[in-house]
Amino acid sequence: MERLRDLDEHLFRRESGRMVAALTRIFGVHNLALAEDVVQDAFCRALEVWKARGVPENPAAWLMATAKNRALDVVRRERTARTFAPDIGRLLETEWTTAAIVDEAFSHAIRDEQLRMMFSCCHPRLPEEAQVALILNILCGFGANEIASAFLTGRAAIEKRISRGKRVLASSRRLFDLADAEFSPRLSAVRRALYLLFNEGYHGACAESAVRVELCREAMRLTALLSEHPPAAGPETSALAALMSLHAARLPARLDSGGDLSPLVDRDRSRWDSRLVAEGLALLERSAAGHEVTAYHIEAAIAAAHAGAPSADEADWESIVSLYDRLMAVAPSPVVALNRAIAIARRDGPERGLEEIHAIEGRERLESYPFYPAAMGDLELRRGDREAARRHFAAALALARNPTERRFLEKRARTCESSSKN
Amino acid sequence: MSEFVYLFRASETEQREAMGTPERAQRSMQVWLAWIRDLEAKGHLKDPGQPLERGGKVVRGKKKVVTDGPYVEAKDLVLGFIIIEARDLAQAVELSTGCPMLEGGGSVEIRPVMKSPF
Repeated sequence: MERLRDLDEHLFRRESGRMVAALTRIFGVHNLALAEDVVQDAFCRALEVWKARGVPENPAAWLMATAKNRALDVVRRERTARTFAPDIGRLLETEWTTAAIVDEAFSHAIRDEQLRMMFSCCHPRLPEEAQVALILNILCGFGANEIASAFLTGRAAIEKRISRGKRVLASSRRLFDLADAEFSPRLSAVRRALYLLFNEGYHGACAESAVRVELCREAMRLTALLSEHPPAAGPETSALAALMSLHAARLPARLDSGGDLSPLVDRDRSRWDSRLVAEGLALLERSAAGHEVTAYHIEAAIAAAHAGAPSADEADWESIVSLYDRLMAVAPSPVVALNRAIAIARRDGPERGLEEIHAIEGRERLESYPFYPAAMGDLELRRGDREAARRHFAAALALARNPTERRFLEKRARTCESSSKN
Repeated sequence: MSEFVYLFRASETEQREAMGTPERAQRSMQVWLAWIRDLEAKGHLKDPGQPLERGGKVVRGKKKVVTDGPYVEAKDLVLGFIIIEARDLAQAVELSTGCPMLEGGGSVEIRPVMKSPF
């Protein structure tokens, strides 16, 4: 009754990144397109075989084994016509060593190859958004369509980003060498890309909550890969992992049962994932081992302060404000300043919060950010000026970037209308 | 009940298209498995068939000329087959309309298995 065995719904996407990594190890990154062809071929074979014989007991291993056999075929067929990965190319020239080398690439090397691919995707010649798109495509197996819908960008733009990125990758024969002198700056770029990837899932514009959870999960999986590689681990990586866990813990409460943003996220903390909170706090502790306090450390500490309080009202707003002060010193931005102002309002009342908002430097950069007028609406409402609150929420609604935000802001706007009638 | 063979045909491009990205491959796999399971659950699946490699040899004529084939460029490459049981040809056609192959531009050829008089 193997035919009745269920498929993990992300099987193909998840295995795709591992397969491409192993295949690129053999073929060389300049043959990335060939690696992707082999993966696609393995998928086609899976379809034919599984529909006749049922889903195998370990489908992931089946796909890997099939990709490995296809890789051997390709090497045997094309070893005279093509150059493969330069460091192992000579070993692939003879049948004596080919099988062992291919075996090796498909066993324990896969983790390293994924890391090297991640570092290669964060090439300094590529803008950050292209790095993120490339990681999503190659390592996480998302197609251009899915990336486009997650980022609310046109498919053509994403395809351009990906193909440009792949050209940059293919221009070097080998994947990034983890022992390279450029390791440390490249590591910062990798962390930054994973941070952006996580944020896209957490705050991003995509309306489909399942997609967003997957983005967060992928960012966490890749960050865990970094943590398992000692030179890439260390306090800053732990801090990044901590902030992801502490934020991901809120995901179940952030969206209500209908998939809408829930304004109750802070009030209903019983729905936070306590296992992730504990994991995040342990990671945060580990991140304190170094001397440096990075923006990731501070953001994780803020998230921890929230997670440690049973409700928003009971949170230690004094500490949260001073953490935002430090974050402003390390990584100032209008969005950080806005969040700081909201924390000050919690500590000192809505008037003080509004003053802080009006004093934000470069606040014209927040003009298209719906949560900027929405924050002012909240504070006006708390202060009792319903008319001003209504105006701010109307402005926020006009800026909503997707149906989820629109529904959320409509609800907020309605709150002040119903209370203004009273 | 009578037996029928479903021959699944598609071009390689159509097959590749159906499996083009991991997400699409996943979807194609899920709908295929669901369709086959449904046939099985309703007692129509006689034999789930065998997966076929795409390339092979073709032997032709008295001279027994051996060529490579079928050609992968072929529009209607046979990708596989299954054997089903149905009341009659009309029901066999009806059952085939759920085949995921059709969504991707492929075709299903339905051939009744001949009955022997004794």
